[in-house]
Amino acid sequence: MKTILGFLRLTKGHKRLDFTDVLSYGYLAFGVFIMFGPILWLVLSSFKTSGEIVKFPPRLLPFRQETVMVEGYEDPLPLYEVTFDDDSTRVLAQVRRVGLEAQLVDPENPGELIKVNIDQRQPVEKVFFGPDNYIEGVQSFNFGRYLWNSIIVTVLATLLTLLVNSMAAFALSKYKFAGRQTIFMVMISTLMVPLSVVLVPVFLVITEVGWNNNLLGIIVPAAATPTGVFLLRQYMLTIPDELIDAARIDGASEWRIYSQIILPLAKPALAVLTIFSVMWRWNDFLWPLIVLSRSEYFTLQVGLASFQGELNVQWNLILAMTVLTLLPITVVFGFLQKNITTGIATTGMK
Amino acid sequence: MLAQNGFNRAKNAVTGLFSWIYDLITSLLDLIFGTLQRLIGVRGMPYAFVLPNLLIFGIFILFPMLLNFVYAFTGGASFFPFDRPWAGTDNFERVLTCENYLEPRTCTEDLFWRAAYNTLGYVFFQVALMVLFSLITALILNRKIKARGFFRSVFFYPVLLSPIVVALIWKWILQENGLVNGIITSLGYEKVPFLVNAQWAQFWVIMISVWAFMGFYTLILLAGLQSIPSEMYEAASIDGANPWQSFSKITMPLLMPTMVVVLVLSLIRAFQVFDIVYTFTGGGPGTATLYLVQYIYNYGFSSPNKQFGIAAATSLLMAGVLIILTVVQLAIRREEK
Repeated sequence: MKTILGFLRLTKGHKRLDFTDVLSYGYLAFGVFIMFGPILWLVLSSFKTSGEIVKFPPRLLPFRQETVMVEGYEDPLPLYEVTFDDDSTRVLAQVRRVGLEAQLVDPENPGELIKVNIDQRQPVEKVFFGPDNYIEGVQSFNFGRYLWNSIIVTVLATLLTLLVNSMAAFALSKYKFAGRQTIFMVMISTLMVPLSVVLVPVFLVITEVGWNNNLLGIIVPAAATPTGVFLLRQYMLTIPDELIDAARIDGASEWRIYSQIILPLAKPALAVLTIFSVMWRWNDFLWPLIVLSRSEYFTLQVGLASFQGELNVQWNLILAMTVLTLLPITVVFGFLQKNITTGIATTGMK
Repeated sequence: MLAQNGFNRAKNAVTGLFSWIYDLITSLLDLIFGTLQRLIGVRGMPYAFVLPNLLIFGIFILFPMLLNFVYAFTGGASFFPFDRPWAGTDNFERVLTCENYLEPRTCTEDLFWRAAYNTLGYVFFQVALMVLFSLITALILNRKIKARGFFRSVFFYPVLLSPIVVALIWKWILQENGLVNGIITSLGYEKVPFLVNAQWAQFWVIMISVWAFMGFYTLILLAGLQSIPSEMYEAASIDGANPWQSFSKITMPLLMPTMVVVLVLSLIRAFQVFDIVYTFTGGGPGTATLYLVQYIYNYGFSSPNKQFGIAAATSLLMAGVLIILTVVQLAIRREEK
């Protein structure tokens, strides 16, 4: 009991490694395994051939049968290890298979045909990370199109979100005007009512505006996020008003004050909103699923979901495309992980 | 050295380019907003600044919210509000009528009640497990740990993944011939039909959501823990407090505000569970993992006989629950202040 309590306690550090430290590191190691294990398994599986991928029990690494060029044959032949009746083994190349009989040749001596039962041969395999699934997937999945749509949506929506929200936040934090409290309260009250509960009417509005099957239909509506306004407003409140007054005396226009003074000073908050916005847009699913029904407008997420719906068995291609979909955000996270985690930790709770 | 130099030069060039574009765009907009300011004066400018946001917000968020009421109180199959006959509270009555409320089979709208009970069960277990794991992880990360930043990122990484990717990864691992069943059979046991058995599907939907989201709440709880001044623990240990006392008398009370935020945020999110499940089980097997948002989605968008009134009425009921949760949170926070 005592050790469990010590484990839960907020320690101030120990001079030597004790039991609670061992438990902590054990837990964290297990955490790394649970969090990264599935990703690693996904990546390894994505390199398996369509034959390999349905094998049970599955093997950890992707294998591929070795092949060899044999004189007199146009295509490379697959290599097998053949066990003969006298328990001797030889590595032979298979020419063809007729029923239960396999016809093989010695690569060194292609003239002589050796016939054995198919149970007597075992494929010769090596670990192989081939790009086949990726190439075939990209071709049949229209990956380029979906990627392009996703990038367009993410970039434009994020720019629009930053612009529109920072302008509103600027007005709400630095001016006193009639209706300010009302506007702010209405926005805050919708903060907690999620999009998913207004699906039907939103779809009607989008249809009426004519943005069905149009990327604008997913870029614009989500740009005015109350979370963004709230986050930026709270930050801008901390910027001293004297700066604005001084700029006004110097004859700066209100737009100049906003673009040359407020925005540069609000960079940390804008960075956090950028991270959030990129994450939201890139991973968004429900909204694009409703707005987009023609496949040339699909984003990666919608495309991936429908891809796994139509090709229910082609797991090797689906997995390769899944890896490609998570790659961009992983790379970005790799570079910016410190900014992202601290940014969310400091603002996520407000 | 040379590469470093080149990298810096490239970086400077890119930054320079961006600031040049930024200046260009803002100068252009300055022309528009400058003229506007001459027309409406400084007092009018705040309205010009909130207008773009307000327009988008009004058209795509506020107006649909109001329109939802029209759908909820009208019937018929038409999509256009003006073609829909007034139905009063019919939709709500249909959704809420049951002979025995504990038995979805006896309800007029049995799928709604199944979805509602499924959602309640999911919300309870998912939030409880996630907060528990997040708290344990945050407490451990708050110790003097080597490579804390690395471990923090490890737990946070799945948060960045899209729900579709998360669902596909786990579907691949849990399918009949997947990794988990491979391990189970190599230990000499029978395969388990994880995605075909109702209880297993419900279990895994909860575990996957915990896996995918706990990093976010761990970060917030860790920030809360780190804001507790270490002097308090030093003072407590001088006074002879044991670990349990310093945990229950210092850590928990001071972490409470953060805990409330975490609880409410995760509750609100759990109620809206959709995308992971949509890809992972599609609501099945049967109706085992049919949750409320998918119920709304099915009625509004995917079923052959769409019933917008029912979908909207369900939306309003759900929004009601979420608003109550928010109000409770605000009340608790106010009390603390």
